[in-house]
Amino acid sequence: MNKIENNKAWFLVLPVFVLVAFSAIIPLMTVVNYSVQDVFDTNTRYFVGTEWFKAILNDAALQSALMKQFMFSFTTLSIEIPLGIGIALLMPKRGMAASLCLVLIALPLLIPLNVVGTIWQIFTRSDIGLMGWSLREMGVAYNISRNPVDAWATIILMDVWHWTPLIALLCYSGLRSIPEAYYQAARIDRASRWAIFRYIQLPKLTNVLIIGILLRFMDSFMIYAEPFVLTGGGPGSSTTFLSQALTTMAIGQFDVGPAAAFSIIYFLIILAVSWVFYTTIMNMQKEK
Amino acid sequence: MKSRIALIVYILFILLPIYWLLNMSFKTNQEILGAITFWPQNFTFENYQKILTDPSWYKGYINSMIYVSLNMVISLTVALPAAYAFSRYKFVGDKHLFFWLLSNKMAPPAVFVLPFFQLYSSVGLFDTHIAVALAHCLFNIPLAVWILEGFMSSVPKEIDETAYIDGYSFPRFFAKIFIPLIGSGIGVTAFFLFMFSWIELLLARTLTATEAQPIQVIMTRTVGASGIDWGVLAAAGVLTIIPGIFVIYFVRNHIAKGFALGRT
Repeated sequence: MNKIENNKAWFLVLPVFVLVAFSAIIPLMTVVNYSVQDVFDTNTRYFVGTEWFKAILNDAALQSALMKQFMFSFTTLSIEIPLGIGIALLMPKRGMAASLCLVLIALPLLIPLNVVGTIWQIFTRSDIGLMGWSLREMGVAYNISRNPVDAWATIILMDVWHWTPLIALLCYSGLRSIPEAYYQAARIDRASRWAIFRYIQLPKLTNVLIIGILLRFMDSFMIYAEPFVLTGGGPGSSTTFLSQALTTMAIGQFDVGPAAAFSIIYFLIILAVSWVFYTTIMNMQKEK
Repeated sequence: MKSRIALIVYILFILLPIYWLLNMSFKTNQEILGAITFWPQNFTFENYQKILTDPSWYKGYINSMIYVSLNMVISLTVALPAAYAFSRYKFVGDKHLFFWLLSNKMAPPAVFVLPFFQLYSSVGLFDTHIAVALAHCLFNIPLAVWILEGFMSSVPKEIDETAYIDGYSFPRFFAKIFIPLIGSGIGVTAFFLFMFSWIELLLARTLTATEAQPIQVIMTRTVGASGIDWGVLAAAGVLTIIPGIFVIYFVRNHIAKGFALGRT
């Protein structure tokens, strides 16, 4: 669409700018401020320059938290995206069945994050949970508080359960926007099921998929409440992701300086990855 | 037929953990800890009764509802005109501003926990509903602008021009003509705003103490000296799912069209 040049449009954006600036810029300045100081109490503080940044970047525990974070985001996304597309293709197209499917599939999305953790904590306990109990009855040695592999598998299963619906719903609505005539043309050409997917459905899905991937990447990279409730970050620190490491440092130990430096590095990583996605979206929209 | 079965298996996978929670919420603690039963043997409403008759419990639901609604109202009010500006006009710094807005959706709440606590304490808003609502604006306003901009861009510009020629002022055109046109967009935006505000824990927990504490935080109280009160915990969990079901039910007709966010 051709946009008109008009700087008065700033007045329409102003309320958003003021509100977001209030809740973003002021706190961010505090964080930057702390990241270069050593704070003893409200009156005693020293300028320490980049010392905290060096300390954080060399901290082995945080490096491993970062690695785990990338592994977690990568694993969940590579399961959720294909599965979500698959579910969207299977869903009925209209009628009562379609509505019912939509409501049931959307259900996990609206459960508070720590309740999701609680649901899975209950579900996987071997004494009172259906899944934990069934596995034990089948003779599988399954214990999320002792075995890191079990803890990881459970957290990934939980995230797939929780967030695949978002991808499925986005793709479903993308698929609904394809005119019936396209499919008729494909039938006349005797296109295979795969060809229909590859050349008709997938191109229509790219836009919604980029939105989905962007949202999922951002949210999986900040995951906090679910693993915190389910495993508490353990066993050991095998499922301690970045947000939990940061909150423990900032609120638990009150190490304000290092926590602030950590925050800035954390934010910059998300910003960098999301910038790549964002420019991709913008370029694709320009091509149209 | 095969695809039907696959879909049913997936929906069972979704429902199974929720069924277990529901099942547990109607049991007594003895039964929960006693043996695995697939249906409550001594069906009881005790767990729900405990929550719904104790103000310190049910106030949590009211608090959550209040700040989620406040947040939805604030976000939509400021995001609607801004999204219109982004979809219709070019202005100095528009692209940078848009990315800056989105970058706030990318900011991990954990980064903001400490500064928010200090900021809202210093202006005397700590432990109020408005503090949580404003804090959630950080990620909800950018999201609302982003989604609405997509919907507004799919409305042809000729409609605006015709309305101005017919003598409509901007506010009247916006309220009378434009907003009804993007109704399903607003519905879907509201869905996402509700979702991200309702499920958030970290900021809501940090910014409240007693007066505005949300239900998710109150739930953690079930861990007492005598162990965890599983029945009440399960019942509280079930009650947090119910508002979500209503919201999905209201937007179900917009989901098919609207979730593509006007961008197909």
